[in-house]
Amino acid sequence: MSKADPLFETCLRLGDTALVLGQRLAEWSSKAPTVELDIALSNHALDMIGQAQLFLEYAGRVEGKGRDEDALAYHRQDFEFRNAMIAELPKGDFAFTVVRQFLFASFAEAFYERMLTSTDADLAAIAGKAEKEMAYHMRHCGEWVVRLGDGTEESHERVQAALDELWPYVHELFTTDEVDQAMTREGILPDASALKEDWLEHVKAVMERATLRLPEDDWMPSGGRSGQHTEHLAYLLAEMQVLPRTYPDAKW
Amino acid sequence: MVRPQTSEISARAGEVWAVLDQVMDPEIPVVSVVDLGIVRDVREEGGALDVIVTPTYTGCPATKQIEADIRQALDQAGFEDAGMEISLAPAWTTDWITPRGREQLKAFGIAPPEGKAGKRALFAGNANVSCPHCGSRDTEQISEFGSTACKSLWRCNSCREPFDYFKCI
Repeated sequence: MSKADPLFETCLRLGDTALVLGQRLAEWSSKAPTVELDIALSNHALDMIGQAQLFLEYAGRVEGKGRDEDALAYHRQDFEFRNAMIAELPKGDFAFTVVRQFLFASFAEAFYERMLTSTDADLAAIAGKAEKEMAYHMRHCGEWVVRLGDGTEESHERVQAALDELWPYVHELFTTDEVDQAMTREGILPDASALKEDWLEHVKAVMERATLRLPEDDWMPSGGRSGQHTEHLAYLLAEMQVLPRTYPDAKW
Repeated sequence: MVRPQTSEISARAGEVWAVLDQVMDPEIPVVSVVDLGIVRDVREEGGALDVIVTPTYTGCPATKQIEADIRQALDQAGFEDAGMEISLAPAWTTDWITPRGREQLKAFGIAPPEGKAGKRALFAGNANVSCPHCGSRDTEQISEFGSTACKSLWRCNSCREPFDYFKCI
């Protein structure tokens, strides 16, 4: 694989994580526990897909080969996707979905807040939109983590199981490689690794309120952001891309 | 961006603002895109006019419709040559809804945004939302999301009517 432009790579990482997570949230449409949650999760999905659209549109401009956001979303294969693996894990039960969204949004809100001062005007502008939306997701899903954790025996067990299952995948959000480091040196991207301590404090406080046990750090899989994914991503893409791949000229 | 006084802009720019005043939000058809703060500026450079538009939520399904409605209104009013530019920064905020827009929301049965949303605090939703029907402050939230992404669903404990609340962002 040729060495890609680090800014293009960065836009794909941000855009793909938002897109894949948005697709997972959208899987709840018409299937959520209540109609209110159905609307809430569908709106969360719309926010993520809206952010993805902005990042991928910019990625296309950076690349300069005439690919737009649809071409990037619908006409790449799994190994070309640069999303963090936490985004692609199957949606699981409602507890799994809200715990993931809470953990991710708590990271993303802090990350985008720092990206507001990016030396790249396009990324700073997208951060301005995304930061507000992630704050809302963090609050909405955080409240559900507390309700479920401090709820019935079954809801507590389920939300604890979700947290245990998700924990190994949170670390990838804070790992940085030479692409990230080059972007941070240029003032384009905040340093994700520097955000972990504050993030952990915030997560701990919510978990305590939810009477949940914070898992031990153990296995820390990573590689999604350089194209190594779990088997789940290909299935997600097969469903998401089926229409544009079958009818490549179809217009919405 | 606050809409400029008529004396500060050219007659043509003034006409464009007047055209945009008539373009209603597709989801809230009583409030114009100007009063919602979606139109940021009408820029004039060397005789060319550019309408600067900002999206509300990134995933708002009405964004494309709003852009198409603005384009159509401009074309119909003879401003086919006016350009339209989408600008993300600064990010749209409910603070940009004009006082007139807030009154129109209320008359339509939607409580306008109040105060600032707490960012990190859980269970700290706006406690002081007035019922747009009877004005009572004795209200409670039913659902974080209402008929669109920008609204939540509330009910009034005084007049017992449900209503939409335009969330603060």
